[in-house]
Amino acid sequence: MSAENSNNWPLWEVFIQSKRGLEHKHVGSLHAADAQMAIENARDVYTRRQEGNSIWVVPAGAISSSQPDDAAMLFDPADDKTYRHPTFYVMPEGAKYI
Amino acid sequence: MSRPGTGFDPRSDPIMSTALFTYALRLGDDLLILSHRLGEWCGHGPVLEEDIALANRALDHIGEARNLYDYAVKVEGKGRTEDDLAYLRAERQFVNTKLVEQPNGDYAHTIVRSFLFDAYHLPLAEALTRSSDAQIAAIAAKAVKEAQYHLKHSSDWLIRFGDGTEESHRRAQEALDALWTYTGELFVQDDVHEAMVKAGIAPDLSTIKQAFDATVDRVLAEATLKRPADGYMMSGGRQGKHSEHLGFLLAEMQYLQRAYPGAEW
Repeated sequence: MSAENSNNWPLWEVFIQSKRGLEHKHVGSLHAADAQMAIENARDVYTRRQEGNSIWVVPAGAISSSQPDDAAMLFDPADDKTYRHPTFYVMPEGAKYI
Repeated sequence: MSRPGTGFDPRSDPIMSTALFTYALRLGDDLLILSHRLGEWCGHGPVLEEDIALANRALDHIGEARNLYDYAVKVEGKGRTEDDLAYLRAERQFVNTKLVEQPNGDYAHTIVRSFLFDAYHLPLAEALTRSSDAQIAAIAAKAVKEAQYHLKHSSDWLIRFGDGTEESHRRAQEALDALWTYTGELFVQDDVHEAMVKAGIAPDLSTIKQAFDATVDRVLAEATLKRPADGYMMSGGRQGKHSEHLGFLLAEMQYLQRAYPGAEW
C-alpha cells in the first residue's frame, strides 16, 4: 500500500450512530478524496459488523480542539462540585439514556 | 414469472433437475471466481480503505455463492457439499462467464470488470426475487441490497476515473475497451436458460440486458467514457471452455484441498 497516495487525500473524522435516537460517536478517521467517498469508505471500514445506523464524516481540519496544556485549567475546577451531578434524583425505571 | 409455491417442483423431473443444478452453478461460479479475483487485492489495495472495500465485496460474493452451491448440491442429491463444488471441480467443470476470471490488471480494470458484472447482477438479482423457485428467490432477496451497494461503489469509481485526470480517463477507457468483448456472454440464452425461463425460475435475459444497457449508458455518460461498439463477443465459459487465466486461479484457490484432501481448520 502506498503511503504517498493516502497522503494526497485529506483526512476525515468518522462518527457513527449505532441506533436511532442515540448520539453519533467518534469511531476513528480515514482518508478520502471527498465527502461522498469518505462516507462510503466509512461504511466499509467501520460498519462491517452492524455498528451503524447513520454515518457523519467531518474534514479533520474543520475540528478545533482544546490544548492538552490547558486541561488543568479547563477541567480540574469541576472536581469538587458534586452538586452538578444528577445523583440526587431517583431515576425513572427503564430510562437508559439520560 | 409465476409466483412461488405454484405447485411445480422442478426437482421431481430429472431433466429439469439437471438444468436447475447447472443454473445454480452458473450463478454461483460467477460469484466465486469474481470473489477470488477481488480477494487477490487483499493487502495490495491502492489505499487501505479500498483494500477493505474490495474484501467486503469479495465476502458478499462468497456468501451468495455458498448459498447457491448449497442449493445446487441439494438439487443434485448426490451427497456432494459446497466445498466439493468449489475445491474439487476441474477447470472445464466451472461454468462462470469469462468476464469474471479476467486478471485484475490495474485498478481501472478491476473496477470496470466489477462494474460490468454489477450492472448485470443487480437487475438479475431483483428479477430472481420473483423466481418460482422459493430457494432461488430467497437467495436473491438477500443479495439485492449487497448488489445495490456493489453497483454504487463500482459506478462511483468509474465516474471518478473517467471524469478525473487524463491518465485515469485513458486507463478507464482502455479497461472498458478490453473487457467489453466479455459482456455478450452474460446475456446468452441457451437451452439451460430457456428451460429456467419456461419454469418461471429465471428471467428472460433480454430484460436484464435492457437494465444493463441503461446503467452502462448512464454511468459512462457521467464518466465521459465511450461505450465500445458491440463487436466480436467472447463466449464458452458457460460450457466450461475458459480463457487461459482460470486454470491458474483454480490452482491457487484449490491448492490446499488438492494437496491435503479433506483438510479442515
